[in-house]
Amino acid sequence: MAKAELKQDATEARIAALAMPKGGKWIAAARAEALARLRAMGLPARRDEYWRYTRPDTLTQADAPAAALFDGKEPPVFDSVDRLRIVFVDGVFDAAASDDLTMSGVEIERLETASGADIHWAKDLYGVLEARGQKPVDRPLAALNSAFATDGVLIRVTGKAAKPVSLIYTHASETSDAILHHVVKLEKGAELTLLENGPAAARFNKVLEVEVADGARFHHIRAQGRDHERRAATHVFTRLGTESQFKSFTLTVNGVMTRNEAVIELTGDDAVAHIAGAAMGDGAFHHDDTVFITHDAVNCESRQVFKKVLRNGAVGVFQGKILVKEGAQKTDGYQISQSLLLDGDSQFLAKPELEIYADDVACSHGSTSGAIDMDALYYLRSRGVPRKEATDLLVLSFLAEAVDEIEDEGLREEIVSRLTGWLARRGS
Amino acid sequence: MLEIKNLHVKLEAEDKAILKGVDLVIEPGKVHAIMGPNGSGKSTLSYVLSGRDGYEVTEGEATLDGVDILEMEPEERAAAGLFLAFQYPVEIPGVGNMTFLRTAVNAQRKARGQDEMSAAEFLKVIREKAKTLQIDADMLKRPVNVGFSGGEKKRNEILQMAMLEPKMCILDETDSGLDVDAMKLVSDGVNALRDAGRSFLVITHYQRLLDHIKPDVVHIMADGRIIKTGGPDLALEVEKNGYADLLAEAGAA
Ligand SMILES: Nc1ncnc2c1ncn2[C@@H]1O[C@H](COP(=O)(O)OP(=O)(O)OP(=O)(O)O)[C@@H](O)[C@H]1O
Ligand SMILES: [Mg+2]
Repeated sequence: MAKAELKQDATEARIAALAMPKGGKWIAAARAEALARLRAMGLPARRDEYWRYTRPDTLTQADAPAAALFDGKEPPVFDSVDRLRIVFVDGVFDAAASDDLTMSGVEIERLETASGADIHWAKDLYGVLEARGQKPVDRPLAALNSAFATDGVLIRVTGKAAKPVSLIYTHASETSDAILHHVVKLEKGAELTLLENGPAAARFNKVLEVEVADGARFHHIRAQGRDHERRAATHVFTRLGTESQFKSFTLTVNGVMTRNEAVIELTGDDAVAHIAGAAMGDGAFHHDDTVFITHDAVNCESRQVFKKVLRNGAVGVFQGKILVKEGAQKTDGYQISQSLLLDGDSQFLAKPELEIYADDVACSHGSTSGAIDMDALYYLRSRGVPRKEATDLLVLSFLAEAVDEIEDEGLREEIVSRLTGWLARRGS
Repeated sequence: MLEIKNLHVKLEAEDKAILKGVDLVIEPGKVHAIMGPNGSGKSTLSYVLSGRDGYEVTEGEATLDGVDILEMEPEERAAAGLFLAFQYPVEIPGVGNMTFLRTAVNAQRKARGQDEMSAAEFLKVIREKAKTLQIDADMLKRPVNVGFSGGEKKRNEILQMAMLEPKMCILDETDSGLDVDAMKLVSDGVNALRDAGRSFLVITHYQRLLDHIKPDVVHIMADGRIIKTGGPDLALEVEKNGYADLLAEAGAA
């Protein structure tokens, strides 16, 4: 059989295992279009260039591989943060565990509720930013998500949100397969911090679409984690207006398979987009950050900072592209991806790319892989810090540039204490 | 008391002998200085004593208060009271100076079976000591040595020494890169730490430093050996005449 046919069969097999949720006109149309997109692309296969470093099979196969539940005792991240909590258990909204969804300056609605209507403001965004992000590279798992997501939240922000909105994904069934889709719309000058944490399911497919209007600011801090065997394919699609800001940070510790894609489009002048990630993998851990940033306006800034600490055979992947379109003058693009390999068994694969069609731009990218700096280790030890603690300090030192991307000090501390805890629990 | 007997050291990676029989005894409360031409093995001696990787002791021994230190891990030597102020202090991005020092102080206390210092107490002590070295709050917060000037790095080494209160302090060219005022500041810092229970080994190329930190004994090292030992006058002699006569004398002997 030809390759294309094989791919088609695999895609149809996956589609057959899913049920399209019922909904009103607007969402039914969006889902039908997404399904057509998915069929046209086919699910990712091993030979696809965009999946060269990450095997897609466990993310695309009909049934989710089982994932044991996390049995650690430490409290979940962000526990001490004042926030509006929205809880999903294995991808199902848990009203009892969630807070009341009202907050001044913010409208929050469940996708499931909103999809009952015939018309909704989210119509202009749901699946729309995702569809825009399908060019020039296919992202079939995101199309699958738009077609089959069972729930999620639709958030419209009109002012400055009083506190962060926190999406908490817990995992209660060892075989759960969750598909969630969120849409965030920040109106002119609005500001929101969105937190996400938890493993979500044995396998999690999540799309987050964010429209940041002129002068609006969006902060996103995510901690993926805990369950060692969980798998996730996530996408964030965002479009930025004039003088707007998008800042996203992701911490990933544990998880046997993670692919995080980000598609960022700077469409208004003077917009700023920062995306950062800190990942720590020990053993069976495959972590892929795939980023595509398009500069399509004047004087915009984009910054990508990705750091991975790998040991015992863990694998890290980074694919990052900056596309500067014609006319996107005064673009300031920065990209760095680095790995700290704690032993010889671990691996980091990076593919940084720049494609520039404007002449007055400053873009830089760098990618490195290295071991612990022996001089620094000796220096710390000579001051009495034992080898294990000294190594941990150097790991934190390595990750600092990514973690420092979190603007809010309290949230940054939350992430740092998570990292410190993880390191302390590990043997040297 | 630091006692070094017939210490021979070669590089681990190649067959190159660097220290060729060093004998040195530093009694409590004493300040010894080592001078010597470039490449004579002064830094190597300080590294071997503090436990840096890459060197192999082929003969001889080194003890601190009668305990063999050469088999210890670097952190154990530190906890036993050995401190090396580096010729080239290392930059550690992302780790605050204060965090680093507190980790070090408490790690040493823990190793010695003492209680950890509370955050409040630590803060009080470090502020006091930083002030006398003219290290401001900003330098304490910044990542270890990152963006510090040469002189700031050296002052930071002395601050660490003051916080860790070691028994045996080795200063490797702490004067290099210091302006006149910083030299005075650093020397005052060192002199403030002088007491009956603490010894110093000061490695330097210049008599100038020894005007401030008055040594009890001066050694001349050449080609991996101590070729001459004398009083403070020996440093003056080197300053005036260089090493040629001393080397010739040692060669002839
Ligand atoms: N890791 C190493 N690899 C190769 N050679 C080394 C190494 N460490 C020391 N050496 C050599 O050993 C000799 C002694 O070096 P060392 O740094 O101890 O000298 P020094 O007396 O401190 O010199 P200076 O006054 O210039 O600081 C030099 O020839 C140096 O090149
Ligand atoms: Mg030297």
